[in-house]
Amino acid sequence: MTAIAPAADQGSDDAGQPALRVADLDVTYRVRGQSRLALKNVSFEIGRNESYGLVGESGSGKTTVALALTRYLPRNGRVSGGSIGIDGADPMRMGAHELRELRAHKVSMVYQEPGKALNPSMRVGRQVAEVYEVAGLSKSDAAERAAQMLGKVQIPDPKRVMERYPHELSGGMAQRVVIAMAIAAEPALLILDEPTTALDATVEAEVLDLIASLRAQLNTSVLFISHNLAVIAQMCDRVGVLYAGELVEEGPAAQLFAEPRHPYTVGLLRCIPRRGQRKDHGRLDSIPGFLPEPGHTLPGCIFAPRCPIAEDQCRHAPPPPFTTGERRTSRCYRYQHTADLPRNTPVDVELRAGPEPGTDPVITIRDLSKTFTPTGGPVQALRGVNLAVQRGETLGLVGESGSGKTTLARVLLGLTSPDPGATVEVAGQAIAKDAAHRTRQQLQAMQIVFQNPDSSLNRRHTVRQLISRPLTKLAGLSGPRLRERLMDLVRSVRLEERHLALRPRQLSGGLKQRVAIARAFGGGPAIVVCDEPTSALDVSVQAAILNLLADLQAKEQVTYLFISHDLGLVRYLSDRIVVLYLGRVMEVGPAERVFSGPHHPYTEALLSAVPSLDGTRRSRIRLSGEIPSAADPPSGCVFHTRCPRRLASGICESTEPPLAEAEPGHLISCHIPIDQLASLQGAEAVS
Amino acid sequence: MTDILEAPVTDVARAELPSWRLVMRRPGFIVGALILLFWIVCALFGSSFAPHSAYAQQLLATNQPPSAAHWFGTDQLGRDVFSRVLVGARSILLVAPLATLLGTVLGTALGLALGYIGGALDAIVGRLVEAVLAVPAVIVAFLFIVAVGASATTEILVIGFIFTPIIARTVRSAVQVESQLDYLAAARLIGESRRHVMFAEILPNVMPTVLVEFTVRLGYAIFTVATLAFLGFGVNPSTPSWGSDINANYGVIAAGYWWETLFPALAIASLVIAINLVADSIDRVLAG
Repeated sequence: MTAIAPAADQGSDDAGQPALRVADLDVTYRVRGQSRLALKNVSFEIGRNESYGLVGESGSGKTTVALALTRYLPRNGRVSGGSIGIDGADPMRMGAHELRELRAHKVSMVYQEPGKALNPSMRVGRQVAEVYEVAGLSKSDAAERAAQMLGKVQIPDPKRVMERYPHELSGGMAQRVVIAMAIAAEPALLILDEPTTALDATVEAEVLDLIASLRAQLNTSVLFISHNLAVIAQMCDRVGVLYAGELVEEGPAAQLFAEPRHPYTVGLLRCIPRRGQRKDHGRLDSIPGFLPEPGHTLPGCIFAPRCPIAEDQCRHAPPPPFTTGERRTSRCYRYQHTADLPRNTPVDVELRAGPEPGTDPVITIRDLSKTFTPTGGPVQALRGVNLAVQRGETLGLVGESGSGKTTLARVLLGLTSPDPGATVEVAGQAIAKDAAHRTRQQLQAMQIVFQNPDSSLNRRHTVRQLISRPLTKLAGLSGPRLRERLMDLVRSVRLEERHLALRPRQLSGGLKQRVAIARAFGGGPAIVVCDEPTSALDVSVQAAILNLLADLQAKEQVTYLFISHDLGLVRYLSDRIVVLYLGRVMEVGPAERVFSGPHHPYTEALLSAVPSLDGTRRSRIRLSGEIPSAADPPSGCVFHTRCPRRLASGICESTEPPLAEAEPGHLISCHIPIDQLASLQGAEAVS
Repeated sequence: MTDILEAPVTDVARAELPSWRLVMRRPGFIVGALILLFWIVCALFGSSFAPHSAYAQQLLATNQPPSAAHWFGTDQLGRDVFSRVLVGARSILLVAPLATLLGTVLGTALGLALGYIGGALDAIVGRLVEAVLAVPAVIVAFLFIVAVGASATTEILVIGFIFTPIIARTVRSAVQVESQLDYLAAARLIGESRRHVMFAEILPNVMPTVLVEFTVRLGYAIFTVATLAFLGFGVNPSTPSWGSDINANYGVIAAGYWWETLFPALAIASLVIAINLVADSIDRVLAG
């Protein structure tokens, strides 16, 4: 390893020089002949070995910062003011050769999509070795070092992985390879742009652990860009909050999240569900209004139009950065008043929600299996699922990608046909498997809010057409009654009449999802499937949509099947939880019981993978490796290959445990008895 | 629960220019459209403003080079080439757009059916389409015209039918992309009929593809009509037509009478280029 120079040497001459210094940075994009300021007056510093987090919603300019630092701005973008110093050198003043040297040795970047960062036609080993060849090593030495580096990012059997092509790697594995390439040159500055956003929570947890451990070994400063506040809280020493191209607040991570000093940060933190918050109690707040249009300039504070404590001064002169504590700044005149920022929505509401006890289930599923038969053999996406959901209940479906959540939803809706032998009953009546064969009443009973409104709304139709159609087809309305119900729906999802004439692309993501929700409720459904309804939305919009769903449920007494990979959201909204793994139900039970435990080891692992805002974690059990292929599921308990609590007796490998009632209403599919699970999991939580 | 728990959603309607205004801003489109407009005017009124009759033979002034009296010279029968080029726009601009329109309408309908219904229909008809595509278009047209007899109607029908599978194939793949989107699942869940899904849900979304395909095919249609005329399968031989004029006069290029073929050839080229400019502009604007 020529690599890691002794830190002691470097420490002395670098002492005064931060790894990165950005001063008054302005970036302008030219869009259709007009200049738009994407970053305005952004200043921050990253010290040696420091990890700096940049958070913000989409459009805030996070990625633009990263691109500007490495001079990778697109052709229509340019740095229009300020300066950058990476290890003291300004990339803006570099010639082509120096710039290449900078990118080869001083700065590395890891992007969101590992699949796009790797060359698909090149073996992994060659790609990693290339970094060393650029640094001047011989081919054989470079290959040797590449193998070492892959070992360092905890890739098992690096020699074998080096022979593979990127498409043969899972997302988590590919991201490790990208990280290996990024740290191979031992850069002074490592830029991570949403490095785990495309990964499953369990894989994300592993990759974050890896980054943390590498940081401890290497002499590298990190710029960590993410929309996920909890990830930033866990990974960073200091944090900057970007809003509409301006750095509105900055400070040490723990302090900033504990005592935010800018109304935007306060609002953002109130949008994220935490333990103890539920749809009816300790509600999420939302930020009123919208992000300003790109390039839109205001005479005063950029956040003033959305700020509940804005004063005259805020609207007339842009606030300078006020020092609010040690190494903390906030661009807010009223930073002393942020602690008691008025809420946009009430904390507690009377919801009358929850299942009606003692009534018959509104939907019953028996022996539901689904086998896909692509070329290459059958893949069992769901196996033997039995469920009953009450009227007015929210059933949360959780699991990693590939666990069968979405397949279950599609089967219920009649978009995918289940294997023979399954029954789906709505209000005690068996219904047709295929949506095309369902009667109007059956169709009316079940609707869906899809994940991505860009895909689920016909972009050539107006909002009026989109919402009216189910009213005509399912509710059979026309004329003035149609109009009345339409306006009613529009109001209940908090759209306005003027939105009716617009087409989806003229609406923001949150508004589009409201249209989709209005459409789902048009026919007066008994059951609404919500398939990751907020995962395409920003945090501040997500909270408003979740509260809207809760209110609509209370008003219409509908049943929700709420699918999400985000356990925080599921907990906030659900009454009961189903945990799926490889198409099998691992655990079913009341939300609080499933979350607080004792729970299935898989649930335990999912929960422990979620980074939390206060930086504390309950337990640190980790799933090693990826979810196995559903085409070739493991024997016995399907989870045994990754289970941290596998029994030594070998029963987990040989026998599939039944889904048994561990306590009233709480079913767990595990060989370990519940009291033993309780003591195992309880013990860990204490330590 | 109609009380407003959250501040009503405020502003967001985004101002953007409609597509046609963006098309109008492209210089390529303007140039193409002006040339196209010129030929359309010639096709409609050419005979009334042409300096000479397109038919009058001056046997004493055959093969005259371009001059002030005859800008493009005269041909072997002493007819004014300039006037014949102007008037010759008519036959091609009648047949080509109608044939393309026919092919586009049939092709779009077929493509929608193949792409959305799929399954056995797609497998069987898809193979047939490929079989048709394997035979050179001009040969098919040629055989057909020989069998039925040359007329403008025959030409429109035959070119329209040849284009149908080509356009169907393009539309089919656009429909398949749409079929992956959730709005079709949403339509199925409110019990929409297949016809409604195909024509009211999918068709508006594949219209940009259809429009681009129409303009591109129009260029090819011009070419095909000119080629058929050149091969002698055009409409009435004495009717001015660029393709048949080239056919009638290419034998004398070697004698130095280049103007008799060059100008009709340039006319064909300018029309095809104009249409391609228009097609390209539309394509780029619709592609974003």
